[in-house]
Amino acid sequence: MRRFLARRLAHGAAVIVIAASLSFALVHLAPGDPFSGSPDGFAIDPETARIRRSEYGLDRPLLQQYLAFMGHLAVGDLGRSIRHGRPVSAVLADALPHTVLLMGTALLLSFAGGVTLGAWQAARRGSRADRVAGTTSLVVVSLPEFWLGLVLLLVFVYKVPILPGGGVVDLMHDSLSPAGKLLDRARHLALPSLTLALLGTATIARYQRAALLDVLPQDFVRTARAKGVAERWVIYRHALRNALLPTIVLAGLSLPTLLGGAVFVEQVFSWPGMGSEAAAAFSARDYPLVVGAALLGAVMVVIGSLITDVLHAAVDPRVRPR
Amino acid sequence: MTTVRLDQLEVREGVAIGSSSPWQTALRALARDRSALVGAIVIAIIAMVAIVTPLVFPDDYCIAQPDIIGLKNIPPSFTHPLGTDKFSRDVLARLICGARVSLSIAFLSVLVAATVGTVYGAIAGYLGGIADSLLMRLVDALLAIPRVLLLIAVATLWNRLEITGLILLLGLTGWFGVSRLVRTLVASARHDEFVAAARALGASDLRILGQHILPRVVSPVLVAATLGIGNVIVIEAGLTYLGMGVQPPRASWGSIFYDGVEYFPSVWWVCVFAGAALVVTVLAVNLVADGLREALDARQLPPR
Repeated sequence: MRRFLARRLAHGAAVIVIAASLSFALVHLAPGDPFSGSPDGFAIDPETARIRRSEYGLDRPLLQQYLAFMGHLAVGDLGRSIRHGRPVSAVLADALPHTVLLMGTALLLSFAGGVTLGAWQAARRGSRADRVAGTTSLVVVSLPEFWLGLVLLLVFVYKVPILPGGGVVDLMHDSLSPAGKLLDRARHLALPSLTLALLGTATIARYQRAALLDVLPQDFVRTARAKGVAERWVIYRHALRNALLPTIVLAGLSLPTLLGGAVFVEQVFSWPGMGSEAAAAFSARDYPLVVGAALLGAVMVVIGSLITDVLHAAVDPRVRPR
Repeated sequence: MTTVRLDQLEVREGVAIGSSSPWQTALRALARDRSALVGAIVIAIIAMVAIVTPLVFPDDYCIAQPDIIGLKNIPPSFTHPLGTDKFSRDVLARLICGARVSLSIAFLSVLVAATVGTVYGAIAGYLGGIADSLLMRLVDALLAIPRVLLLIAVATLWNRLEITGLILLLGLTGWFGVSRLVRTLVASARHDEFVAAARALGASDLRILGQHILPRVVSPVLVAATLGIGNVIVIEAGLTYLGMGVQPPRASWGSIFYDGVEYFPSVWWVCVFAGAALVVTVLAVNLVADGLREALDARQLPPR
């Protein structure tokens, strides 16, 4: 197990180094730079631009910039954000908890909801209820995140105003009691996480149902049935355990998609997470922040898949390398 | 007596055994699966409308503003079946033009993605060894950067992308998954006996790959590509919604939707119809993909 972990860690580190080089290359391949003026015709005085460029090291040879970038990266220094004038790590550290909270809640809700719905469907496969749930899931996975977000916004903020429409906390947050503060945060989290969770639930439910139907024809299920175990019990106790494995893997693999969805959802609900920060950094051509955001995204995905692999190996001895 | 080269003989035999092509199998399966058939018909209708209508109406009909004040935000009526938007443009006309833009972006970019992914994956899988590991580590890294972040980065760094640029962008960020799939299939087929047989008969690497291995890859790639089309329609709409995709005044379903958001609750028809076009099309594509997956038994693919 330890060697398995070491191999996966080395693999993850290699992936991050390549991802870092790629985002560096991408940003420097693009025409223009942060000081070449905005596309809308707003110009910067050439002399100022020259000084600022040398300040950020953008006038040095590309290879030298790359080596400096990787050297700083090795000690966790991502440079200074041009837009904020603060270290990139500090800007991202402010945004990260919001995104992790949003994604974590969404992942938890979609896993719980998806596994339950998928198992429930598999238990009554072929029935009308199964078909209705299946069709509904298919419709939901076809919905764009921003679309679903806007519909929820319309219903719960404008038509039946019971939830706040954006931000993380209320303006009066500081004057609230501790319990009130928690409730305030939960109310703000409700709609953005629900948007992502609905999509996630539908995806996982479809997968969970298929995984269960793959497990059901196997021998151990027949044995359980032959012993006289009730059909519901067979599904929820015997089959579900085995069918959970592919779902764990799927949840890990879906992290990049979830993070991408979070970008749109954060935009719709003005959630000050990484997605909003990245979108703003991109339009301001804030190179260090762009690279930092893409890199942090990659790190999150790598850590996510590492956790998935370890979980998978812990649950299923067959995938553990000898 | 005519001499017959052995590898040609072998190929002819292969054709005789697998007499129905993956396309035929797919079509037959679609015809059997009722929901997939409905999906296919819906896509066909939308595609037909998108292709035929511009031949009847002038091309710029969807950006025409006949009366910028008098016709602003009027609800659905006989003259404007789906109403007009805040720039007094006919919503139906724009949806039809948008269908052309959204669908061609989706189809062409998936074509790019499937082609690049198949070639890359086939090379990695066939070479094996260190080359395979290196190529696949690169794909791992590319897959680790969330696609939407990557798209936003490129779309903004190269500001104001033309449609061709958008197609390439979506295609070149969409092939990673396909290449992994193809690589796995090719790597496992490489050790099969029929490949050894072909090689013993003197077939070249290119011939083995093209004639013997790649045909087995077609159906899973077909399923992945169909799923990819639905996905790209959604992503393009999202990017356009963020202002990074199709640029105004050109219509795509994303931009029509975005134009409607400002006046949404009172001027409901713009968003509702654009959203409906988007959702119905993606749903139809996903129904077809589901049907194909079942029919071709490409269960190794995750749903969606």
